[in-house]
This record gives sequence, C-alpha cells and structure tokens, in this order.
Amino acid sequence: MHIYADNAATTALSPDVLKAMTPYLTEIYGNPSSLYRTGAVAKDAVEAARENIAKLIGAKSPAEVYFTSGGSESDNWAIKGVCKVLKAQGKNHIITSKFEHHAVLHVCESLAKEGFEVTYLDVYSDGLVRPEDVKAAIRPETALVTIMYANNEIGTIQPIAEIGKICREAGVLFHTDAVQAMGNVPVNVTDDSVDLLSLTAHKFHGPKGCGALYIRRGVRIANLIDGGAQERSRRAGTENVAGIVGLSKALEIAIDTMEERREKLTKMRDRLIDGLLRIERSRLNGSRECRLPGNVNMCFEGIEGESLLLKLDLAGVCASSGSACTSGSLDPSHVLLSLGLPHEIAHGSLRLSFSDSNTEEDIDYLLKVVPEIVDYLRSFSPLWDKIKSEN
Amino acid sequence: MAYSEKVMDHFANPRNVGEIPDASGVGEVGNSKCGDIMRMYIKVEGNVITDCKFKTFGCGAAIATSSMATELIKGKTIDEALKLTNKAVMEALDGLPAVKVHCSVLAEQAIKAALSDYYTRQGIDPTPIVGVIKECDHDHGCGCEL
Repeated sequence: MHIYADNAATTALSPDVLKAMTPYLTEIYGNPSSLYRTGAVAKDAVEAARENIAKLIGAKSPAEVYFTSGGSESDNWAIKGVCKVLKAQGKNHIITSKFEHHAVLHVCESLAKEGFEVTYLDVYSDGLVRPEDVKAAIRPETALVTIMYANNEIGTIQPIAEIGKICREAGVLFHTDAVQAMGNVPVNVTDDSVDLLSLTAHKFHGPKGCGALYIRRGVRIANLIDGGAQERSRRAGTENVAGIVGLSKALEIAIDTMEERREKLTKMRDRLIDGLLRIERSRLNGSRECRLPGNVNMCFEGIEGESLLLKLDLAGVCASSGSACTSGSLDPSHVLLSLGLPHEIAHGSLRLSFSDSNTEEDIDYLLKVVPEIVDYLRSFSPLWDKIKSEN
Repeated sequence: MAYSEKVMDHFANPRNVGEIPDASGVGEVGNSKCGDIMRMYIKVEGNVITDCKFKTFGCGAAIATSSMATELIKGKTIDEALKLTNKAVMEALDGLPAVKVHCSVLAEQAIKAALSDYYTRQGIDPTPIVGVIKECDHDHGCGCEL
C-alpha cells in the first residue's frame, strides 16, 4: 500500500502539464528576450500563459500578473515592495494574522526591525480571522493588510472578500497568500477586492519553482529582484519559460475540474474526519465548514506527532504533522498554538491532505491504520497513562 | 533529517517496552510541554539490573534511545549502569541528527532517575552517587527547568 496524503506540501506533476512544458525544456530553449525566432516563440508562450492566468484569477489585465519563483518570493515581494514605497509616505503599520505562513510572518518580523509596527490578529479556536478585527486594527498609518486565503496546516478558508471590502473602503492595500486556496476554491481578485495575491504552481499539480504575484494596476511597489528588463522591469531574471507554461496549464486544469473535485474530496474528507473522531480524545483542528476540501488536521492526545508519522511511513502513508519534532525546532506548530491548543496536545498532530488521485480505498486504509497506530503509541505513553488516570 | 537504520529498527521494534510491577526503581524525566516523557523501570537483584523496561511519549528518536538505553543496562551491574552516557546511547544507534541529541540525554537521565529512586527506596541519599537529575535539556524558553 502506498498513499500520498501530503498534497498541501506539494503535489505530483500532472502528465498533461508535463506534456505542455516539454517543448520548452527541449527544442524551444530560446531566451524570451532574444530577437530571433526561438526566442520569440518562447516569449509568445510566456505572454499566452500570462493572459490565461489573468483570466483564470479574474484580473482585469494580463499586465497585472508577474511571474516569480514561487509562493515565498511572491509573499516577500508583495509585502516588502509595498511597505518600502509606503514607508516613504509615513505609513509604518502592517496587519496580519498569527497563523500566516512563515514567508509572511518572517517578512513582517524583518520589517519590524526596520521600524514597522505589526498587528497579529487572533484566529480564534476555529482558525478564522474576523473581518471586524481587521476593521478595528486599521489605522491612518496602516500600509498593508496581509491575510492568507486558506491556511496551509489546518486548511481553514478565510473571509477574504469581506476583508478585501473593508480594506478597499478604508483605502488600505490588501495582500493575500493564496498558495493553498488556488485551484481548490474559487478565487477572483476583482470580486475579492484583492490588491496583491501570491500563488505557486506546485500546489496544483504544476512544477516546483514557478509562481506568480498578481499586482492590481495602480499599486505602487518596489522591486525585490533588480537586474534585466524582464516582467516590465519589475522582476529581473530570465523567465522560467517551461515553468510558466506549466503553471498556466496546471491552473487551467485545476479550475476546470474544481467543482467535481471539491465534491469528491469533501465527501472523502468528512468520512475520514468522522472516522478519526471516534478515536478517544481526538479533535479536529480548525473549522470544519470553512475548510479546504482536501484537508484533515487532527490531534490525538497522549502521543507525539513525529512517531505517528514514522509509523504511518512504515505503513506506506506519506503525511505531515505540526509536531515540533518534524520541523527540527522544539516548539510545536505556531498554527496549532495560535488556535489556543496547549503544547502537549499540539505535539500530537497529524495533517492529511488529498488531491484528485486519492481514492475512497485510501480513506478505508487510513481509517484502519491511524487508529491502530494511535492505540499502539498510547500503549506505552506515560502521558496517556496520566491522561487516563486523571479521568 | 534522516535516522540511521539502527534508530529506525529500535523505533519500529522497540525492546523492553512496558512496566515492571515490582520494580526496584522507577524514574521519569522530561515533560509533556517539550514533547518527550520517558519512564524507566528497573529490577535490581544483588548488584545487577536483571530487568529494565520503559514507557515513552515522544518522537522516533525518544523511543529509539529509550529502547537502546534499556538494552545497554540490562544484565549490567549498577556501577556499570551509572556510567552509561548519552554518547554511548548515540553511538550504539549509529548516531542521531543534531536536533535529536537531547533525546539521548533524556535517556541517560531516565536511567539515572530510576537508579536514584532505587537508592532512595534503600534509604540511601542518591545525590552523591547518581548526581542531580536534569528534567530537560531544552533551551527554547518552554519553561523547563534545567
């Protein structure tokens, strides 16, 4: 048995995407900035991808889509680029949430060292930012609000359109890291009143190392990467042509098949959640309703996440955990702690994330092995003995 | 971060798991906040540790080091067990990733805690013999006392 249940980490490259990319990795190797034919063909492919992506995310113009190396670069560019411009206008305040991806949190921490003040909004026990909290946190000196579309660990989908509306009305720029949401739930930058949006191809069966940043026309942003005149002189570096073509194709497929997949994965997800909740002292982390179709994130008291993952690996299951021990740090995931979970419970977490290639048989198998492994690890856990003796 | 085959073997098939109901000494170290708790049981006959068992809450390395530590002291004299170091546990496991070294320290401390309990039960002050037991060697502001 082999089950890949870590699609929030990365996904398998789709054969159709690979097929679309292959010519640009082989015969059409020209530099899009060159004048001769093979360069011009590559340039056309990049521009066709830009147009396609703009349409797929609801941008008004292809000129609002900029290609990057992925989600982390897009987040860095959006936040640092906007803050650099607005700092000169006396704006030195950023609003974000406690459970953003590190590509956002660490950028905010770095800007804090440069004099920015950062408000970290609570996400409550359900893992959802409250739009009214955003509204209350906005000040005259607020430069940017950055709230993720969906959380990478617990899959909770944020009220982005409501937050966007509040920011637009207040005249404050709004960035969203949509890396996990893109292709899984409907995202439209115009309807959602988003000014900047980060996305990356490898979360929806595209290649690694290629992403995009949507920058609404009129938003002033400083460059992150200076150099040549690529991307209208805003992002230097020879274009990752094959990656860009792959990103466009993968997003197109993901959005075309979204509804069907959403229905299938939601059903599988809910069956798995219901089954795993039958385990004594287990809990689902984050809202069940506002949740990505393929995300299950649970805690099992009395056991530690890494040993659970290793046992699952031995049973043929690739999964992930917010456990401290998987990250090399000693503290459990900031996401689980932001929900108010105590350390000892947050240590025992498991994230299972699914894509189209997962099946009901995978769920059957997980419903068999996860409870067995939890029971086994609890059988020699002194913490479990304590939990049991206290009740 | 990758574990050696030995670590994976002791994780997948831990030796000496369980409790000793009539143990001569029981020691527990670590805490749930840090994500590791080890409890060691020893049975002493004469001057020899005739049996040793463990229960551990923790990561793969915590389980593997507990298992290896019990193997290393079982059948040994108390004096030999007192000399067990975390380095010896690590070497026996063909090494540990740097971030997991603290698990081997915890295993050494768990054995010492069990021996300490054994001496206390004999009415002997364990501190001059066993030394001070460290609760946790983490240094990440988790509130663990060193």
